Amino acid sequence: MPTAMIEAVGLHKSFGDTHALRGLDLSAAEGTILGVLGPNGAGKTTAVRILTTLTRPDAGEARVAGVDVLKHPDRARTQFGVAGQYASLDELLTGRENLEMIGRLYRLPSSDVRQRASDLLERFELTDAANRTVKTYSGGMRRRLDLGAALMLQPPVIFLDEPTTGLDPKGRLSMWDLIAGLAKGGTTVLMTTQYLEEADRLADDIAVIDHGVVIARGTADVLKRKVGGERLEVVIDNPRYLPEARRALETISGESARVDEEDKRVVVPIASTDGVLTRAIRELDSAGVHVDDIGFRRPTLDEVFLAITGRPAEEPVATEEVPA
Amino acid sequence: MTATMWLRDSWEMVRRNLIHIKRTPELLLDVTLSPIMFVLLFSLVFGGAIIIPGFEEQYTSYLMAGIFVQTIAFAGVYTSVLLANDLKNGMIDRFRSLPMSQSSVLVGRTVTDLFRALLAVAIMWVVGLFVGFRPTDNLVANVAAIGLMLLFGFALSWIGVAAGSLVRTPEALQGIIFAVVFPLTFVSTAFVDPAIAMPDWLAWFAERQPMSLVIDATRDLTIYGEFGPSFIPALLWSVIPLVAFFPLGVWAYNRRTTQ
Repeated sequence: MPTAMIEAVGLHKSFGDTHALRGLDLSAAEGTILGVLGPNGAGKTTAVRILTTLTRPDAGEARVAGVDVLKHPDRARTQFGVAGQYASLDELLTGRENLEMIGRLYRLPSSDVRQRASDLLERFELTDAANRTVKTYSGGMRRRLDLGAALMLQPPVIFLDEPTTGLDPKGRLSMWDLIAGLAKGGTTVLMTTQYLEEADRLADDIAVIDHGVVIARGTADVLKRKVGGERLEVVIDNPRYLPEARRALETISGESARVDEEDKRVVVPIASTDGVLTRAIRELDSAGVHVDDIGFRRPTLDEVFLAITGRPAEEPVATEEVPA
Repeated sequence: MTATMWLRDSWEMVRRNLIHIKRTPELLLDVTLSPIMFVLLFSLVFGGAIIIPGFEEQYTSYLMAGIFVQTIAFAGVYTSVLLANDLKNGMIDRFRSLPMSQSSVLVGRTVTDLFRALLAVAIMWVVGLFVGFRPTDNLVANVAAIGLMLLFGFALSWIGVAAGSLVRTPEALQGIIFAVVFPLTFVSTAFVDPAIAMPDWLAWFAERQPMSLVIDATRDLTIYGEFGPSFIPALLWSVIPLVAFFPLGVWAYNRRTTQ
């Protein structure tokens, strides 16, 4: 078994009456991306803050690159970089000044500081903006600089707290490339996200968390399998026939269907694809339903979340919002 | 963590604050424009109405020590507001995640505020000379006066660090400063002779409170070039709070930022 570069065992943390973490366990092997997936208020940020020495847990253990972050916070701080949803940058300093200041605080030799800052600015396409104050940066530029700051030391472990929240599609894609590149270079990454697509696409391993505990764990494929196999998905032309379509498909599947009225879509899980398509078309036809589209597909992580928690991932839990 | 590392980190933080000032010079208004206004207002407007025995013709010379210390006291406690603003900024989380000396963030803040106070003294000194401030020509005494004032301001800065870490919002701090520091600067020997101007019980307090001791010591030094009877008490009222509030400030900051 490969060494765990990130390890959290039984983390508990409460803020007053709010139980942010209730026995959270996480681990990530060297050079892998661990996606921590959960809705707002699930405890993702609190977990990252504990692992990066910013918050002390009420109970539990946390190690980064084998260093106990609670007993040796200063030694742990030389093992990781962190970039977050709210870029931790100095608005009044230029991009270059930000990176160089952080480099000096990491106590890198001054020639390395300059070189490393230039390299990172180049790599993150910020060379042109290097001598402008961060105040003038766009959201995407801030995130890239923030990630650059996390990489000044070339640490073995990187924590990314919702690295693409609030970015436009182009910014998100370029951030995804950067994250994938990190893991390819051997860096261990823990990334929190609310985007199922993001976890599916980047993470080697996914921990689904809800109410401060891991409720499911595994690769995207394993999680998808948990929710059952393939789905049969039918889109019809007239929403008035949705009840007929539903009845027909539930007969074939033997399980209850999910109906999306807006998209005129009906989805049922099926045990096996053998002969299903022909049978479905025949049944729908005899029920007088006109089909626009029909096909098989694997479950999305949205459905995974629904299957595990009984509610959609997007739905924020009002009682869990941490008061400002 | 060696002392050299601590000094380097602290200097890094001072440097960051100085860049902030360079890029937003309006941050200095409270230590440039306001003190000038105070010197001019008190010497030209109220000066004629306030009688201090022995200073009938030279109220400005009497006044200057008061205005120096008042301005420095405000600049000192204002550290709390600046720190509370720093704490709202995501940058603190970045510093927290670095293997640097954490107290350097606070040293950077208080040392920068010391520079701000020094700037305020320099400006007031020059403006004062135009409106009748006649300091002693004893250089050592003048330097000692400035040193004492800055030390007192530095101690107040560390009280400000503790307050800024404990209180949630900068707005609340503004309120506290106004309610506590403002009266203290006036119920003092800064502008009037308490024995003449105040009821006995208030004069008793005004003559003995720490700010008055620092003002009196500064006045003895700048006017007579003497280390007067208030000098040692004033020194103690600076050193003791500094020694007490340095660790308290670091503790409050750590507690606040690791929640």
